[in-house]
Amino acid sequence: MSGAFRIPSAGRLSQAKTARFSFDGQSYTGIEGDTLASALLANGVHLVGRSFKYHRPRGFLSAGAEEPNALVEVKRDDARKAPNIRATVQELYDGLVAQSQNRWPSLAFDVGAVNDIASPLFSAGFYYKTFMWPKAAWKSLYEPKIRAAAGLGVSPDKPDPDHYSSRYAHCDVLVLGGGAAGIAAALAAAETGARVILADEQADFGGSLRFETGAKIDGQDGYAWAQGAIAKLKAMDNVRVLSRTTAFGYYAQNFVGLVERVSDHLQSPGHDLPRERLWQVRAKRVVLATGSIERHMVFADNDRPGIMLASAARIFLNHYGVAVGKNVGVYTANDSAYAAAIDLKKAGVNIAAIVDLRDHPTGPVIDEARALGIEVNFGRAVIRAGGKLRVTSMTVQPKNGGGERTIPVDAILMSAGWTPSVHLFSQSRGKVAFNDETKRFVPGIYAQDCVSVGACNGTDGLAASIDEAYAAGAKAAKDAGAKTAKGTKPKVDASESWSRGMLGAAPGAGPDKTVKAFVDFQNDVTAKDIRQAVHEGMRSIEHVKRFTTNGMATDQGKTSNMHGLAIAAETLGKPIPEVGLTTFRAPYTPVTFGAIVSHSRGPLFDPTRKTAIHPWAEAQGAVFEDVGQWKRAWYFPRGSEDMHAAVDRECVAVRTNAGLFDASTLGKIEVVGPDAAKFMELLYTNPWEKLEPGRCRYGIMLREDGFIYDDGVVGRLAPDRFHVTTTTGGAPRVMNHMEDYLQTEFPHLNVWLTSITEQWAVIAVQGPKSRDIIAPLVEGIDMSDQALPHMSVREGKICGVPTRLFRMSFTGERGFEVNVPADYGQAVWEALWAEGQKHGAAAYGTEAMHVLRAEKGYIIVGQDTDGTVTPNDAGLDWAVGKKKADFVGIRGLTRPDLVAKGRKQLVGLKTKDPKVVLEEGAQIVADPKQAIPMKMIGHVTSSYWSQNCGRSIALGLVAGGRDRMGETLYVPMPNGVIEVEVAGMVFFDETGGRLNG
Amino acid sequence: MLLIRCPYCEEERPELEFRNAGEAHIARSANMAGESDDDFEKFFFIRSNPKGIIYERWRHIHGCARFFNAVRDTVTDKFVMTYKAGEPKPAKLPGASK
Ligand SMILES: [Zn+2]
Repeated sequence: MSGAFRIPSAGRLSQAKTARFSFDGQSYTGIEGDTLASALLANGVHLVGRSFKYHRPRGFLSAGAEEPNALVEVKRDDARKAPNIRATVQELYDGLVAQSQNRWPSLAFDVGAVNDIASPLFSAGFYYKTFMWPKAAWKSLYEPKIRAAAGLGVSPDKPDPDHYSSRYAHCDVLVLGGGAAGIAAALAAAETGARVILADEQADFGGSLRFETGAKIDGQDGYAWAQGAIAKLKAMDNVRVLSRTTAFGYYAQNFVGLVERVSDHLQSPGHDLPRERLWQVRAKRVVLATGSIERHMVFADNDRPGIMLASAARIFLNHYGVAVGKNVGVYTANDSAYAAAIDLKKAGVNIAAIVDLRDHPTGPVIDEARALGIEVNFGRAVIRAGGKLRVTSMTVQPKNGGGERTIPVDAILMSAGWTPSVHLFSQSRGKVAFNDETKRFVPGIYAQDCVSVGACNGTDGLAASIDEAYAAGAKAAKDAGAKTAKGTKPKVDASESWSRGMLGAAPGAGPDKTVKAFVDFQNDVTAKDIRQAVHEGMRSIEHVKRFTTNGMATDQGKTSNMHGLAIAAETLGKPIPEVGLTTFRAPYTPVTFGAIVSHSRGPLFDPTRKTAIHPWAEAQGAVFEDVGQWKRAWYFPRGSEDMHAAVDRECVAVRTNAGLFDASTLGKIEVVGPDAAKFMELLYTNPWEKLEPGRCRYGIMLREDGFIYDDGVVGRLAPDRFHVTTTTGGAPRVMNHMEDYLQTEFPHLNVWLTSITEQWAVIAVQGPKSRDIIAPLVEGIDMSDQALPHMSVREGKICGVPTRLFRMSFTGERGFEVNVPADYGQAVWEALWAEGQKHGAAAYGTEAMHVLRAEKGYIIVGQDTDGTVTPNDAGLDWAVGKKKADFVGIRGLTRPDLVAKGRKQLVGLKTKDPKVVLEEGAQIVADPKQAIPMKMIGHVTSSYWSQNCGRSIALGLVAGGRDRMGETLYVPMPNGVIEVEVAGMVFFDETGGRLNG
Repeated sequence: MLLIRCPYCEEERPELEFRNAGEAHIARSANMAGESDDDFEKFFFIRSNPKGIIYERWRHIHGCARFFNAVRDTVTDKFVMTYKAGEPKPAKLPGASK
């Protein structure tokens, strides 16, 4: 037997298929097809959680996605502990382990429940009022304490071992919601041959047909009709049917995010299935058939376990075969709760009484309830519920006051009416309109190509909903370009009666200030809190919402928004539309990070770029650093060397013998065409027209504002061909910058730009013996200093493959950069390495490269410059063509602030104690004794230990730096002030003689 | 995610393929070096920030790589139309709101 409250004659589940599960360590048996909620209820368990703020005992309010109370942790193993799972959504599987949250030491005895007694402290706005001062205590004291005390679930502390997948999909018609209306719309659209996607958040399609026993369509029971229609749709090639799939976000131009729960309901999902799948759907037309959500009655202690929505009790009975009690009371302001009472009564459950707030309701359900012998009371209110861990009674009073009567019950079903689910419509930026007659917000002005049908559109009655949906489905398909439908509209033979309900607080909800009549169960907001917010001056619903947190929990106020709004409007004495409805935002229900991230985690988080020479460096034991997406060899430790020792050795080797460096990551752009030189003139500060083919020049690129944007050595291969290099990180934006000017400002220039970064591997061979290493491998290039001086380039062959051989240096030594097609990169490197071994060469990494260039005062754009540095600031005025009529940045350079005295200039910094290495980014002051905050006159941009200089070296930007040569400045650090002397930027070989060999 | 029509590819493609490139129809002076401080300020720093129709440059960076111009409504976020770089500001906008 799968629980004492299971009624074998009711429901659609097969009693034979049992599933064992545990909740808070206690073992239970359910049935396959149960949700955790229906399985617990079948075992008589109503108490499943403690509330957020007051730690009040809570049970199930609903049977679906709107559930605010029954949030539990579902645990498969230590890494798979999912918190805040709605027990009404989680499907049961054999072996499921769940536990309650937000209670200590146990669910029945929770110490935190003292908050309920101390609740005046926690009234509306308490976060704002109580913890305003002192400000510093917020971060250190209040927030952590509040989070610990008022948190819900605990997040898992291990990496998520599951995988998630992601798909894009396109369709003509996307139908969201698989109830009667959604199915009808999907049928109509599908029959035209249009590509249709139908999605529903439930495991089973049918929506309210899952509990509406009074519905008959095409001669069948409503639920059976739905299953038949779904089977038909699934069999069609042009239709994709997605169950367990929630449309959580509606974005621009009919772009809708869906999340499909693929394996959370399976006992052993296996590794080939993702846990969830994100669908990003672009639909030509969207049909919203999202239904409506029942509202609860707002009365004192309406949150006791056992008190739930009438429709939930019907689903539990009619779908899962579970009675939610043995002696059930009903409190309603509309007809639909009668149907629940009737269904339960017929299943053998005692209905203690129906309490109807309305004075003289009439209709078939009322007659039927009476005929079944159910006590029906009109014009009365439930003013209080008894019991604590489970409801034990309801106290009834005439709604205008009078004698009280307490009726023993073990469950109360309530219904205040139905709220159209306009969430997705609102997310689509549609504007809702208030229907004063039915007191509902329904879709008003549409912003996108979508249409609402059925209950979410405020359409009442099954036949009207199906008519509307079928027509809308056919029209959507037609508007998307499909042919006219040739199917037949489903015919409704019988349906249930519908009536309006009420909004706001019922008579049992105050104004007594001690009464807790809940509006928002998940955030513990009562009717009193909302009245108080208005009394304290909140006028708009947006303010009331933030002040009380009504509707701000993860359930997004699906059951509470309309009540809260009505209470605020009543207190303000204004009509509801004047107080306004809050905007609904994505996600409709919580979405896991896993689904959104999908495969983009770990190594797939971001592309990794590796050079052709990477495998060699890896085999040599290089330590790599990330430079943008590139992996670059940082240093090559030998034996037990640490980084410091390795870098020192590499730096000395380059200046003593030679070094090999993988410079392949340098950005490279080929600028080709008859106007190539004219284009270069405009994009770089330097003159290019007169640069002879075969020669190179260091170029500076500015933005229009005159600040350095990028730099690099440019070789002119031919009158119409430049080989431009850029910084490693700057390559894409330099290419973009060039394309922008070429396409839009200088389109008259006949030039082609090609990114060649990945086509050429670049091997820098630097040092006194560099030529000796290269020369034996080169064919067709005269390597003599006369024929190939510093800053020249030749094309020829090396190791039998084509090369663009640059004589250039970023170390201050005689140097070459050997460009070879990337496919030959490693082979040429290995050949050069073998030659290098004969001359004592070392491989060096990016750290040694940085030290060597700093010894020579060569800047690195982005390290020694920060987007506010001009060529003059960086000591590079010589590279700006003074006779040029135009280049990008020419006007920016003459802006008043850029030519003003006292700008920060790049200078060398020498610590008085040569052993002290400054910290990059450290601030520089002129007087260390001044009061804090000190006047900072600059900062350190580059700083290293230089083994070649036998001392520390640094570069820094200092106000008026070049006029301070020899001056002593100070760098205040936590452990004391460091004295530095302002010096020139070149620390090694000041005359530059080594460059020319 | 918006759909943007590339006037060169003559196709609507998802926003992911494009990158915004700032306000359109701000011409670089042919006599840049001779611009006054005020004119340079207008050219480089001052941008309109309208509620409603805005003229923008976009680049089909992950497509044909061309820069083009677009008219967008900043209220609805919708693209009203797109046209090729160098073409004048359209005199009439199709179906513009307000
Ligand atoms: Zn394009």
